[in-house]
Amino acid sequence: MLKMIVCMKQVPMVSDLPWDPVTGTLTRDAAEGMMNPACKHALEAALMLKELCGGHITAMTMGPPMAEEILREAIALGADRCLMVSDPKMAGADTLATSFTLARAIEIFCPDFDLILCGCHTSDSETAQVGPQLAEELDIPSIAAVEDLDLRGDALRIKRVSDNFLETLEMDLPGLVTVATGFFNPRYTSMAGLHDAFREPGILTVGARDLGLGEDAVGLQGSATRIVDIFSPVAKKENIVLKGAPKKIVEELLDRFDDTIGSLIRKDLKAVK
Amino acid sequence: MAQNMRSIWVFGDYRNYFQNRVTLQLLSRATDLAKKIGAEVCATVFGHEVDEWVGEYIAHGAARVYVCDNPGLKFYSTDIYVALMERIVRQYGPEIILVGATSFGREFTPRLAKRLKTGLTADCVGLDIDDAGLLVQTAPAFGGNLLTKIVTPEKRPQIATVRPGVFQEIPHNYQATGEIVNVPLPGDLPRDRVRLISSERQVSREQKLGEAPVVVCGGRGMGSKTRFKNLFELARVLGGEVGATRPVVYAKWADEDALVGQADRHISPKVLFSFGVSGAIQHTAGIKNAGFIIAVNKNPNAAMMKMADVAIVADAGQVCTTLIRELKKRIRT
Repeated sequence: MLKMIVCMKQVPMVSDLPWDPVTGTLTRDAAEGMMNPACKHALEAALMLKELCGGHITAMTMGPPMAEEILREAIALGADRCLMVSDPKMAGADTLATSFTLARAIEIFCPDFDLILCGCHTSDSETAQVGPQLAEELDIPSIAAVEDLDLRGDALRIKRVSDNFLETLEMDLPGLVTVATGFFNPRYTSMAGLHDAFREPGILTVGARDLGLGEDAVGLQGSATRIVDIFSPVAKKENIVLKGAPKKIVEELLDRFDDTIGSLIRKDLKAVK
Repeated sequence: MAQNMRSIWVFGDYRNYFQNRVTLQLLSRATDLAKKIGAEVCATVFGHEVDEWVGEYIAHGAARVYVCDNPGLKFYSTDIYVALMERIVRQYGPEIILVGATSFGREFTPRLAKRLKTGLTADCVGLDIDDAGLLVQTAPAFGGNLLTKIVTPEKRPQIATVRPGVFQEIPHNYQATGEIVNVPLPGDLPRDRVRLISSERQVSREQKLGEAPVVVCGGRGMGSKTRFKNLFELARVLGGEVGATRPVVYAKWADEDALVGQADRHISPKVLFSFGVSGAIQHTAGIKNAGFIIAVNKNPNAAMMKMADVAIVADAGQVCTTLIRELKKRIRT
């Protein structure tokens, strides 16, 4: 039986979020939350593996108390157990502090896991770092943005596309994968299932003290990075106007923006000399 | 002793042409940043038979290149590359490390930063030095709706992954000279816990319009069904998908599933080529998450032209065929 942990995050449903001008961190409890879309794909991948080869799924999250909602949603979708890591001291954590805290919680509350699944990135901070850093903290292998998973004895066979290479990889277990969106399409949550999940007794919630962690190890204090400014990049478009004969315009376009366009379409557009 | 001089490192990511370009762009930016803090620019190159890249990085501004050339490094490996990088970082102590935000860079760098217990900012779209000499890293959040400026005040090195195409590479200078530091492959590197079974270059893959990174969108300004068809050829050359406005779908120049608009399909390409689209709100609401926009229209006052990064005032059909021809000439594979 495959013992799995799915790490998930509650993200704000709106994009115009208020932030704390003093600490420069987002005031997450001011917005409606939802399960981060990529985390849904990670949960779906875990559910698929469970159906295929049997397994047990622990859904865990770190966040403010309201993030409990996504754990209940995970139960409704088929997770067996939940773990909530929540403590005001953990606020403002960067990926270094987050992965450190998650690792300690896993070591204490689900030490005998085989596989950790994370979404490939969140829709809010978009770093895609917590998965690989959690694996590093636990000293286990990791593979990012996987598209297909297949259990083969003690190893996991994985397909993914990395920098335009279609790769088939085999990873020792225990290990960690981050799941690409676009595969493992999430199933629907039934209203009845959600209703039952919210009637379940309280979810196991642990704080810094339960993990034996001091204030300086978690949250903003345990972070290496600081946000010094947040701003909206709107209306930054230069609106450059090109006029003239088509051939001249096209050459000018490709000469002036060869790096910009070239990197976006992943082709070299430098003029052949 | 140069070893005591502050240094900015660029991770030499060269696995394919596109990744190598990011490395060159970062060398260019590192050169600017190095002037501000009195540092020297270094590159690292890991792999097998990598002389070509070492020479190229020196020609693009690296004063020193740390090279580990060994058959055991033939394939990119996160486990091995992190272990190797950790050793030389601890030995030489760079102030800053820049890595391209390629698939590999985004997988390798988080583990490296964690191993070194330092900060990392992902997918930067800007890098600068503040008055205190800290690296100011500008990174997008919330789908690019917000930008954040991030610093790593105390931990070293300061590490950032940088989005391709943000910086312009400097022309190569083959008169440039640099020091090559050969790093022997340590005998006690960890075993790789991930095994590569197979790897093949992806030529193209079917992609959904909603998720396509490159979209070519056409409107009535394309003039006719025949001319509209050229957009499919342009999309093929660009490796993208074709989208259409409602009038075009009504006129049966394009299929219903190409329709882009408020109540239809929302797209969020990194680059959008918009041909002969006037920019009615029903359409523009579906493209508000597009990145770099190039619009072509005879009418310079069309709404679509006003929201473009580059507005081309010309006949959409003519620009389309010219662009196809010029792209085919330039794109090497």
